[in-house]
Amino acid sequence: MKRCTIAVLVENKPGVLARVSSLFRRRGFNIESLAVGTTERPDISRMTIVVRGDDRTLEQVMKQLNKLIEVIKVSDLSENSVERELALIKVHAPPAKRSEIIEIANIFRARIVDVARDSFIIEITGDEEKVNAFVDLMRQFGIKEMARTGKISMARGSKTVG
Amino acid sequence: MRAADAIVKALEMEGVEHIFGIPGGAILEVYDALYDSEIVHILTRHEQAAVHAADGYARATGKVGVAFATSGPGATNTVTGIATAYMDSSPLVVMTGQVPRAMIGNDAFQEADTTGITMPITKHNYLVTDERQLLRIIKEAFHIASTGRPGPVLIDLPRDVTMADIEFDYPDKVDLIGYKPKIKGHPKQIKKAVDMIMQSERPIILAGGGVRLSNAHEEVLKLAETIPAFVVTTLMGKGAIPETHPLCLGFIGMHGTKYGNYAVMEADLIIAIGCRFSDRTVGKFSEFAPEAKIIHIDIDPAEIGKNVRVDVPIVGDAKLILQEMIKMIKTKQRKEWFERVDKLKRKYPLKYNRDENVIKPQFVVEKIYELMPDAIVTTEVGQNQMWAAQYFKVKYPRQFITSGGLGTMGFGFPAAMGAQVAFPDKIVVDIAGDGSFLMNIQELATCVDYDIPVKVCVLNNAYLGMVRQWQQLFYKRRYSATRLRYPELSFEKIAKGFGAHGITVEKPSEVEDALKEAFDVDKPVVIDFHVEVEENVFPFVPPGRSLREVLDGE
Ligand SMILES: Cc1ncc(C[n+]2csc(CCOP(=O)(O)OP(=O)(O)O)c2C)c(N)n1
Ligand SMILES: [Mg+2]
Repeated sequence: MKRCTIAVLVENKPGVLARVSSLFRRRGFNIESLAVGTTERPDISRMTIVVRGDDRTLEQVMKQLNKLIEVIKVSDLSENSVERELALIKVHAPPAKRSEIIEIANIFRARIVDVARDSFIIEITGDEEKVNAFVDLMRQFGIKEMARTGKISMARGSKTVG
Repeated sequence: MRAADAIVKALEMEGVEHIFGIPGGAILEVYDALYDSEIVHILTRHEQAAVHAADGYARATGKVGVAFATSGPGATNTVTGIATAYMDSSPLVVMTGQVPRAMIGNDAFQEADTTGITMPITKHNYLVTDERQLLRIIKEAFHIASTGRPGPVLIDLPRDVTMADIEFDYPDKVDLIGYKPKIKGHPKQIKKAVDMIMQSERPIILAGGGVRLSNAHEEVLKLAETIPAFVVTTLMGKGAIPETHPLCLGFIGMHGTKYGNYAVMEADLIIAIGCRFSDRTVGKFSEFAPEAKIIHIDIDPAEIGKNVRVDVPIVGDAKLILQEMIKMIKTKQRKEWFERVDKLKRKYPLKYNRDENVIKPQFVVEKIYELMPDAIVTTEVGQNQMWAAQYFKVKYPRQFITSGGLGTMGFGFPAAMGAQVAFPDKIVVDIAGDGSFLMNIQELATCVDYDIPVKVCVLNNAYLGMVRQWQQLFYKRRYSATRLRYPELSFEKIAKGFGAHGITVEKPSEVEDALKEAFDVDKPVVIDFHVEVEENVFPFVPPGRSLREVLDGE
């Protein structure tokens, strides 16, 4: 089993996300994360999909995606690319623990974006390992809520997927 | 112009001559527009049959078949038809009515999420939410349905869209950034394939339904004769080369010829053209053609390497690729291999136990072939389908029409209707099972209504025969829910009740006369052949086994 990050450029039309997710469901492909957003062109959206499978499955994922009429381009970004994820973490932060949490956040260049009587919301961006490491450290304080965006990814260098 | 009129005009511009369908509230406007058109609308008696008929029409002609249905139940009734066309890559445009835009999502009367339901069984589908996009969508739909790997495209038409007023400016081109099928094969790959062919000692061509879709029959024949190589086909590939040709080894797979299967297992090179290596054709994937290198030509890159390993993939249109290959191939006689295959052919012919007292279903098919070798033949699904495939030798492309991928009982009769509409002067025969025929028997009304003289030959074994066969062989004859008990049922009377012609045949000696009678009357005819009830289809490669593990009757 391998893990693969795929960037999919699609026409920005209603129903395209449904088409992509329907394809994954129907063919039994496992999506680990999926992030959708706009691109430099208003008529094109970009999906970043992390999928797990053997080589044959991953090849099928790319080929089947390519068959969708509204899919413009499918690229494998598993290697040599910049990957980022953003997480918002609401962590239990009683006065006695605050400085420790702030210290850890600083080390990770995470930002505290909301402060309440006994909790923080911390924003962190980074690749998956970094976010995971930070989340692990926060667990000891008690994570009350967490939201992660799923990964977005871009090939290094001047090469583009479009 | 009223959008409904624009739709009909667009269809005319696409060259549509026939539409199969059933009207209803949400699509009334379009039917009103159709009233003034030259296009012939055939009112089927079930929407499933409308889609199968359009599919049969498409398979027989190569043109895009068109079907109409209303919203809700009309649309859901098309599902089996669309899925059938999708699995066999048949070009269709299906238009369905939909509730007005403002009501979508509110569970309005006869609302169904048609585009949602059909998403995984269409090549593409559209819900028209803006009447100004309507004509572009129709243009795209025909283009997508008929190019690349063909398939069904559905357009869902909210009622208020069809009533809107639009400008009629039908586009003459499409502009789809994400859809550009690759047509020309890569020269390097073609060269590699040619080298491989030249080196091989035991080459075989495996021709699939893609040969028909790409109109590559002449090229397949030319390639086979030039190499020279034997040709086997998939079920869908029947007709890729005349089956009476000395190089043709028939179709392979679960019920394919034994010599075809064995030859594939002994080959050192498979040249696969427009096929998808389905489990029914290949048997056990990992043991398919163990000694062979595989060249796979297909227009759909996703088919390459999907089921079996491929050594030289060539993506593109089979016809063009074969033309390139033929230019480079030099004839090389492979005497040993030809002698070997000839021996297999002689040793393992297709055969069944003949009987003078009961009608053998195989005998009926043989007689149909003998009397009407030029007929277009459709089949239902089950044993009837396999006997038809085994004993009817296809002479020309698009002559044999069957539901291969989905295996849809009830397909053959409406598909025959569609083929007959396209070719009014040909004899069109549906080789049917009693179970399957009952699934769309209501279409007798359509045939009588529109003078569509389809001949339905029911191989009536009073069983869901193919399922019974599996129960006999794998479940110790525990015939659970496969007996079709109807001592009083008479297909002859049913046919006559509809105003068609009906014949009952109980003796082998009557088979020929009944067929002659059916071919002579200019009416739809149902012949009810009371055949051997527990006859089995052999050869038989049990599911998941290698093509070497063939069961025989004895
Ligand atoms: C719509 C549908 N339902 C069920 C099946 C499963 N099935 C495959 S063959 C078969 C029996 C077909 O019976 P009949 O039409 O009498 O043909 P026979 O095998 O007896 O020739 C059945 C039920 C199917 N293929 N299609
Ligand atoms: Mg039967």
